[in-house]
Parts: sequence; structure tokens; C-alpha cells
Amino acid sequence: MEIKSLLNILPILIISLSILILILIEAFHKKSEIFIYWITILTLIFTTFLSLITIQDQSLNFHDTIESGGITNLFYSLLLIISSLAVISSKNYLNRMQYHHGEYYILVMSAILGMMLMASSRDLMLTFLALELMSLSFYVLAGYHRKVLFNNEASVKYFLLGAFASGFLLYGIALVYGAAQSTNIIYITREFDSLLNKPLFTLGLILLLIGFSFKVASVPFHMWVPDVYEGSPTVVTALMSTSGKIAAFSALIISLYGSTASQINYETVSKIIALLATASMLLGSIVALTQTSLKRMLAYSSIAHAGYMMIGVAAANKIGMAGIIFYLAVYGFMNIGAFILISMLETSMEKRLTLDDLSGIYKTYPWFSAVMALFMFALSGIPPFGGFFGKYYVFISAVKADMTWLAVIGVISSVIAAYFYLRVVIYMYFRREGENQNLYATAAENFIITVCVLFVIQLGITPGVFLNIITRFLP
Amino acid sequence: MFNNLAENFYMIEQYIPLILAILVALLFSLFLLKASSLFGPQKPNVEKLTTYESGMEPIRTARERFSVKFYIIAMLFIIFDIEVVFLYPWAVNLKILEDKLGFFIIAEMFVFILILLVGYIYLLKKGALKWD
Repeated sequence: MEIKSLLNILPILIISLSILILILIEAFHKKSEIFIYWITILTLIFTTFLSLITIQDQSLNFHDTIESGGITNLFYSLLLIISSLAVISSKNYLNRMQYHHGEYYILVMSAILGMMLMASSRDLMLTFLALELMSLSFYVLAGYHRKVLFNNEASVKYFLLGAFASGFLLYGIALVYGAAQSTNIIYITREFDSLLNKPLFTLGLILLLIGFSFKVASVPFHMWVPDVYEGSPTVVTALMSTSGKIAAFSALIISLYGSTASQINYETVSKIIALLATASMLLGSIVALTQTSLKRMLAYSSIAHAGYMMIGVAAANKIGMAGIIFYLAVYGFMNIGAFILISMLETSMEKRLTLDDLSGIYKTYPWFSAVMALFMFALSGIPPFGGFFGKYYVFISAVKADMTWLAVIGVISSVIAAYFYLRVVIYMYFRREGENQNLYATAAENFIITVCVLFVIQLGITPGVFLNIITRFLP
Repeated sequence: MFNNLAENFYMIEQYIPLILAILVALLFSLFLLKASSLFGPQKPNVEKLTTYESGMEPIRTARERFSVKFYIIAMLFIIFDIEVVFLYPWAVNLKILEDKLGFFIIAEMFVFILILLVGYIYLLKKGALKWD
């Protein structure tokens, strides 16, 4: 029985094994970072294919603790593709910063392992461990360059607030366990209706929600986001803001999705989530209006996007769940594209790019500004790019769940958000040329941007293809 | 859901004496602390104000910076200490667990040790245990 379970979780095992091998390589060879870089990429690509091949056979392993196949493997492949894009871009960026070490890839791999475990876990204890594995790797990665003050600031802030949020999550798990006498998510979601009558369970659920809201960066647990996203190295921010969010949302969806079958008592929970969503959308969009630093602006936009995705959790119907996953995929590609475009302009880790650095850049780098404009249009949700359909599905789910007011707020805040996204385009195309900027574009970066653009356009023109895949695997 | 909280209020009611006891204890100890400083005689001199070092003359302040090496050793110690903490209950229950789960439970612990061993090799090669 256990041997079969081990075969089922092969993607996780391969990533774990590769981490051990990478550590040994790093220990025995000096200057091995290029070698480690290639092994990392090959492992990620191989694991992506493996999880796509085995997507059909769904099963529960190790006494209902880890799920494999189906929606889990869909999350695996999403996480792996998006993380590998961030990894590919890291080499040139870190070389330019003269701080290229093999440990970077080892930490990224352990973060990926944590994220994959979060998506596959069906036990609250394992979810917590996976979340900690991901977070601890991110704390270190945020402060990757030990001599850059911004990195240190980001790391310390992230660590202190993150540890605090983990405490909430763990206490929530303890209370849920006290009420349900089990930490198994499948059991808890099946008994959700009767459990909600216990105040202990409700309290635990709210604490759990606080813990997850912190990780997905939703208001009022968003305080760490701007500083951490701005202070960390840009490639790390790209990874954190996309894969980290996908993993946190996957855990949130899994812990709540089964419970949506019982709509009677879910309403109270859904009201709380709807409030979180409203606050995130409005605060994210409005505060981003005044930001001049690019990374900070994208950080607030990421808060707003977390709010849009929370609509799907609040609506809690099938289209909502499928919409969140669709949104996560689109958001991942457009955000990683935008962050990597920003990273291509950076000369040192101390430099914080502002809007002025982009002014008139279209004359020197027409392709750069065209692609940047495309990502900005996609992020603000203008068709024919994927961002539009991400929002569309989520709003539809709110309307279907009798929460039209939530969809209205969503539309209003995306109109507000359009201002600061389009401002980037205006700076690039209609402002006088500023100082000469250097664009560090190599084949690796061009490849990533091409992949991101293709996915964003593909998800925008034929959204049904991916949505059908998602709905097929949703229970 | 909050209606249930009200229904279960009688549960909280039972705790009121306990809460009162804690409050009284807290207030009384705070009162004693404040009272001794208010009413007690205060005649400080240099000898009284120096750090008490079991009768020895203090040489310099104790608040100084320690080398980061101490902390690294302490952190590494904790990791391998935890390893032993996990090994001990495993070893005690091995007979019972083996009957139930067979070879799997033995292999499991060796995988765990192997992971820590890889970390140990890494820190050995990186010179984390070298003092100079």
C-alpha cells in the first residue's frame, strides 16, 4: 500500500530528492551555481511533464493525507511552470547583481516543495508544515543579499509578521481539531454543517481564515506586502507574488470547497470573506493610485487581485472555484511578466525603479514598452487578454451566488485600477524621454516574456479550453 | 453562529470565580510591589548599586556583543538535538510499530536521518563548525 502511495506522489519525491542532491553538489563543488541552475530547470520541467501525464489517476495516499492527480496535479503544473519562469530569469539578474550562489536555487526548490505540498495536502497539520516550509524559504530569499539594506528590511518585516500569522493559523488548527476531533480536511468539510453549530469550530475557522488571508495578502492582513515586495530582489518578488499566492489560494480553496456543498451555514463564513474581498479590492486599487515606485504599485495591485479572487471564495460555487484557478493562472503569467520586465531595467538591488524611469522609454526600446503595455492592459482586465476573463468568471460566480453587490464593487475597483495601470503606458509613450536606461535583455529573458505573452493572449482568446480542463477536475 | 456563543454563555459563567481569583492575585502583587518602593526605607550607596556577582568585584558590563559563531553553533545544536528527540520515541515503540507497519517504519527513520546527514555534510564542507 505504501509503495503505491509513494509512486503516486512521485512529483513531490523528485523535488525533495533533487533538493538533497543540489545541497550535496553545492557542498562539494565550488562555483557550481551554473550547474545547479541547469539541474533545477531540468527537474522543474521534468516534474511538470510528470504531473501532467499522471493528471488522470486521482487517489488519496497515506491515510487520506496527500491527494494526487486531478486538481492537485493541475496546481502542481501551474506552480512548476510559473516558478520555472522565475528561476530561468534569476541567473542573469543575480549575475548582474554579482551575488549568484547555488543556495538561491536550493531555497527556491524548497519553497516550491512547500507550495506543492500545500496544494496536495488534505490534512491541516501537513498544510501547516508545508506553509511553513514555503514561508521560511521565502523569508530567507527576501533577504537574499545580506549586504543590501532593503533586502534585510524586507526579510525582517516578512519574518516577524509571517511568524505572527503562522501563530494564528496554528491556533485555528488547534481549535478546529478541538471541535472536530480530526485534522483531516476531507472529514471536516463533510461534517462542516454540523460543526458550524459549535462556537469553537467557528472561532477556529476564523483564525484559519486570518492565517490564509495573510499569505494571500488580503486586507486587513496586507501590511507586509508593499515593503516586502519592494525590498526583495525582483526575481524573488516575481516568485513570491505569483507562486506563493497560487499555493495559498489552493490551500484556502481546498479547505473550503467541500464545505460549500452545505450552503445553509456557509453564508456567515461567506459574508466575512466577502468583506475581506471588498476591503482588498478597494484599498489595493485606491492606494496604488498614489504610488510612484513600480514594484510598490504592483504590490498594491497584487492586494487588489487577491480581493478579486476572494470573491470566488465568497461565492463558493463551482464557477467561482474554477474562476479562481483560472484567475490564478492568468495572474501568475501577467505578474511574472511585469516583474521580470522591471528586473531587466535594474542595475543594482538598491535602485528602486519609479515611473519617471520609464518615461519616453518607447523610443529606445519599442518592444519592451509594447510588452509592458500588454501586461498592464492584461492586469487592468482589458480584453482580449486573459485578465478580462479571470475577472469575468469571478464576477459571474458572485452574481450566481446572489451577491451582485460584490461584483459591482469589483467592477468599480477595476475601473479605479485602470488609472494606475494605464498611467504606466502613458509614461512610456507620451512623456518626454528621461535619462538613458539600460535594458539587460538576454535570450533567457526574451524566452520568458514570450511564454508569458503567449499564455496571457491564449487565455484571453480561448479561455474555454483551460476552463474546461479545470471544471473537469473539480469534484 | 454567534447565537450559539450566547447559548453557551453559561460555560463562561463557570469561569468567573477563576477570573476573579487571577485578577485579585494580580492586583495584590502589584500593590505589594508598589508599596515596598513607596513605604520602605531607601538608603542607596555605591556598593549596594553594583551588580551582585556572588561577592566578586564585577570587572566590566555583562551586556556586550557575542561573536555570531556562538549563535550558529547553538542553532546547529538545536537541529541535531531535535533529531535525537525524534529518534527516542521511535526506538522505544519500534517493536509495536514494526508489527503494524513492517519495514516501512524502519526505512522512514533512515530517510529522516539521511536528510539531516545531507545537511550535516553541507555545513561541514562550508566550514560552519570551524571556530577560526
